[in-house]
Amino acid sequence: MATTKKITIEPVTRVEGHGKVTIHLDDSLNVVQSRLHIVEFRGFERFVQGKPYWEAPVLVQRLCGICPVSHHLAAAKAMDVIVGAGTGDGLTPTAEKMRRLMHYGQMFQSHSLHFFHLASPDLLFGYDANPAVRNVIGVAMEFKDLAVQGVMMRKFGQEIILATAGKKIHGTGAIPGGINKNLSIEERDSFLKGKDPLNVDKMIEWAQAAVEFFKGYHKANADFIDNFSYFPSNHLSLVRKDGALDLYHGVLRAVDSWGNKILNDVDYQEYYTHIQEETRSWSYMKFPYLVKLGKENGWYRVGPLARLNTCDFIPTPLAQKEFEEFKAYTKGKPSNHCMHMHWARLIETLHSAEMIKELLLDPDLQGTDLVTKGTKQHEGVGLIEAPRGTLFHHYRIDDNDQITMANLIVSTTNNNQPMNNGVNFVARNMMTGKREITEAMLNAVEVVIRAYDPCLSCATHALGKMPLEVTVVDKDNQIIDRKTRS
Amino acid sequence: MKSGISSILIYGYGNPGRQDDGLGNEFCEKMQEWAEKNNYSFLDFDSNYQLNIEDADRISEKEIVVFADASVEDIDSFQLTKVNPDHVKIEFTMHAVSPSFVMKLCQDIYKKTPHIYLLHLKGYKWDFREGLTARARKNLNAALKVMQGILAEEETGIILQKLESLTETVCCNNH
Repeated sequence: MATTKKITIEPVTRVEGHGKVTIHLDDSLNVVQSRLHIVEFRGFERFVQGKPYWEAPVLVQRLCGICPVSHHLAAAKAMDVIVGAGTGDGLTPTAEKMRRLMHYGQMFQSHSLHFFHLASPDLLFGYDANPAVRNVIGVAMEFKDLAVQGVMMRKFGQEIILATAGKKIHGTGAIPGGINKNLSIEERDSFLKGKDPLNVDKMIEWAQAAVEFFKGYHKANADFIDNFSYFPSNHLSLVRKDGALDLYHGVLRAVDSWGNKILNDVDYQEYYTHIQEETRSWSYMKFPYLVKLGKENGWYRVGPLARLNTCDFIPTPLAQKEFEEFKAYTKGKPSNHCMHMHWARLIETLHSAEMIKELLLDPDLQGTDLVTKGTKQHEGVGLIEAPRGTLFHHYRIDDNDQITMANLIVSTTNNNQPMNNGVNFVARNMMTGKREITEAMLNAVEVVIRAYDPCLSCATHALGKMPLEVTVVDKDNQIIDRKTRS
Repeated sequence: MKSGISSILIYGYGNPGRQDDGLGNEFCEKMQEWAEKNNYSFLDFDSNYQLNIEDADRISEKEIVVFADASVEDIDSFQLTKVNPDHVKIEFTMHAVSPSFVMKLCQDIYKKTPHIYLLHLKGYKWDFREGLTARARKNLNAALKVMQGILAEEETGIILQKLESLTETVCCNNH
């Protein structure tokens, strides 16, 4: 009987919750199986049961300190339905545009952080470089201007969030049926005419430069960017009703790896008739799939790459120009190249900056009609394109206005199977024939998982948790190798 | 404003929706109330879910920074440590960074080196609830008493001296 060996990579850090990678080898050191485990159970959906529905947009921010704005807005959109304010088209212009500004601010800062903080070190130093150098500190030492841009772009996005959500922690801006504040002229002008570099024109300029930087890198490193962790997949996201990229609202569209529509612009209020979740014994994170294609073939990617694969165009000029180049590279077909995720993310960063400017110039942001009310409903679904991908919030309430059911499918859960496939790619290419975990293999696992920018966490973050740990275990659970990266 | 005092930033971070994870935030809030009551305008305050790269910019104009965070470490009630930019920890996805990381980034980008300390506040529970546990609150109150005593001093030099002394002390609830 063949024996198997198990290799475990345990990235347990302060904010990331508990996740680990296990790679099983047979006697001949062939990779039999690899899995990305998420071992923390959050139980959040049960926690919100019994709470008054209007508290949900604030309560859900407890879930995640990394993308609280996305949860805030997705819950608010679900509650719009419950208060009878329509399913995305019933808000006042001021309310909808304030929310969009908040959302694009979040997208801009999150994507900027990912590029300058995560991707640029890998690209500038090479993913096989020492992690002690391959980080934003290393970037700051050698490419100071780039590091400053990262800091200031992130800061600009955070300031937009503060101005629209009202607070840095547990923002209250979005409420069921609308928003609780508009944008003052002073706030608007601070973003439009702020002292360099903190103004929107500089942000657009820097976002363009970041796209150019990536394209230059791609040209010089086409083999890595095009082939590392390449695999075909389905892609899912919201798109505007006319097919435009829309990160705040739209209909659900999915395409297969060739671009054929497999979910054709459906109303997300009935997402559960199209998407179901499978549980597997070895992970607390579920595996969503398209019902039409079944568990085996129905998995899909979400996030920047998926969004550029599903939409027909981008409704801002500079990002549209980049989108055309992006699409041309794969001859109009979806890109199934994992590392093109960085390219797509930067095009979205540029789009977000353009959208922020467009919104800031819109006088509706100074309007005073903030809230819409209608006939109360007992069920509502809110979807949003969070930085990491499509985020689903679904609630039911009773006659006492208390939440009786909540179902959340977060972006990282939607990307569960693709991340597992990415890890599998690395395992098969770098572990086959080897008994020990090498630094290069560790780095490659990091690079592939980080391309999806996963948020495994719950935002609990207290000092003293464990660093990245890698353990090799045989079939009898005996440790044969362990590496720690702190 | 007291004479001879430079700008000092108190920065609490954590998720107050996760019980004791909000220790840092509440420390900041209570310190701010105390500062306003005493008209200590040299003290500046900030709070967030976690630290990130833009905080390098935030601390660059300060002479002293005290970060406050919840801790699961094996400490009694609270502990103050000096932040060392050479002790940078590189994390897996970097959605949040350490005080050392922020300090190092500040040094590299802005060529500024504030005196930075990290207040570790011992916490016990991390569920989806607002509000600190009774034991955590006791630790918070002990830390507040000590830190307010130090920051009420008249000169930056004395404040720094006392903060340095505190870093050498193991603190428990009888402070």
